[in-house]
Amino acid sequence: MPEAKRPLPKPTPETRHYWEGTAAGELRLQRCDQCAHAYFPPRPFCPKCASRKVSVFKASGRAILYSYVINHRPMPPFTAPYSIAVVQLEEGPRMMTNIVGCPQTPAALRLDMPLEVVFEKQTDEITLPFFKPAGGSR
Amino acid sequence: MKRKSVAVVGAAETTELGLIPNLSQIQLHADAALNAMADAGLRPADIDGLATTPEWTPNLANYLGITPSWVDGTMVGGCSFMLHVRHAAAAINEGLCTTVLITHGESGRSRVGVGPFSGNRASLEGQFEAPYGIMGPTTVFTIPVLRYMKTYGVTEEQLAMVAVVQREWAAKNPRASMRDPITVEDVLGSRMIAYPFRLLMCCLVTDGGGALILTSAERARDFPRKPVYILGTGEAAESWMISQMEDFTTSRAFRVSGKKAFEEAGITHQDVDHLMIYDAFAHLPLYGLEDLGFCKPGEAAGFIWERNTAPGGKLPVNTNGGGLSYMHSGMYGMYALQESVRQMRGIAPAQVPGAKISIAHGVGGMFAASGTIVFSNEAP
Repeated sequence: MPEAKRPLPKPTPETRHYWEGTAAGELRLQRCDQCAHAYFPPRPFCPKCASRKVSVFKASGRAILYSYVINHRPMPPFTAPYSIAVVQLEEGPRMMTNIVGCPQTPAALRLDMPLEVVFEKQTDEITLPFFKPAGGSR
Repeated sequence: MKRKSVAVVGAAETTELGLIPNLSQIQLHADAALNAMADAGLRPADIDGLATTPEWTPNLANYLGITPSWVDGTMVGGCSFMLHVRHAAAAINEGLCTTVLITHGESGRSRVGVGPFSGNRASLEGQFEAPYGIMGPTTVFTIPVLRYMKTYGVTEEQLAMVAVVQREWAAKNPRASMRDPITVEDVLGSRMIAYPFRLLMCCLVTDGGGALILTSAERARDFPRKPVYILGTGEAAESWMISQMEDFTTSRAFRVSGKKAFEEAGITHQDVDHLMIYDAFAHLPLYGLEDLGFCKPGEAAGFIWERNTAPGGKLPVNTNGGGLSYMHSGMYGMYALQESVRQMRGIAPAQVPGAKISIAHGVGGMFAASGTIVFSNEAP
């Protein structure tokens, strides 16, 4: 049996810039040219004011830990326990991720702790962004 | 009586509840529908409106031998049936149909006649949430709670108490799946599923179904059962992606749906005798009590701890035992509605004496959607 893999994303025309960004080691968000609202996930219009004039920009990669659970039920290829987190990016939007580079325990995973993005290549097309404690290794 | 009012004239669950390996999903719908029609003294030919999920409405129509002239297949997760009630009330008021059957059936545990789980990896959640190892509600619905607990200083013991109190209600219900008393220590000592959620803070996974029949309040007087009137309804949708919820300490969908229902019913919180809050996990009654306005933000855990929602308390909540102890097929909203109707008919196993107004509040697709129904046994 082939080794189980993460369920990897299938990019769409509206999200391709994001996945090209992660492959290039950049976390790319979008910002409205009219109202300056920064948003995620990708779409070719502003969810706040509906303007179609939007731009892609490189995010800082800095975030804080907004909330999470630690899953204790294994699902290949994941090794339990592992965190499933929502982080708040410095630019405002929130996104789901895993927190890596630290123990997967409540003591190590403190809400509001500073995080920074790290990229891990999955396939030639897909690189996933993860977050690690700011200033840590990995 | 107000000229345009709608009432429930038939209500029933499946004959069995819990583990039903000998019935496929569509037959669970049919079993509940036949029981509800018998309850109302109706035959399939009397039904001219049909709303259902997760079965596809045309499939069920043909299976039951009904050709409805009003069709609803709204699917927003477990509160879909609250939305079906709301849509049906509007349709009956508008004269689009006279007699609506709403059904639910789900082979949640046995999975007989159910399609496989599927995921669209090109969808937004497929691209931006699924790669991180989410595996259903236990790892998604649960994510907001640590933020809620930090914001309001809510403890794991208080979260556990939600399950303890609901087990007390379940003990009074012969059809509840889990009836043995539990303590806070039992809950906190049960197996960790997704920190901070232990097994006993998570809903059951069972088989079952339920059905409702609605008609105009004027016509309802001619039916065998005492009518249960619909005073107010609400619905709302926020975000299927949990990461895109506006605020992890409150549900915008809950607030919007609840406000609509209260306003339409023209009632205050003091008027409410009985409350059902869809509880797939132990944190939902906390969000529900606060977002519906029964408690101020951050005060629901103390409200439950002080036994206000327990047997003998001033606001009985989830009196069937809820999704945590009564049953949870996957789309629990129908069972919350059934318990509200039983309470308004005065036939609930844990009957709230003299209850005149009951609210059933549902959540669907994690925090994606919400529906709220205000019932009364007194004509509006």
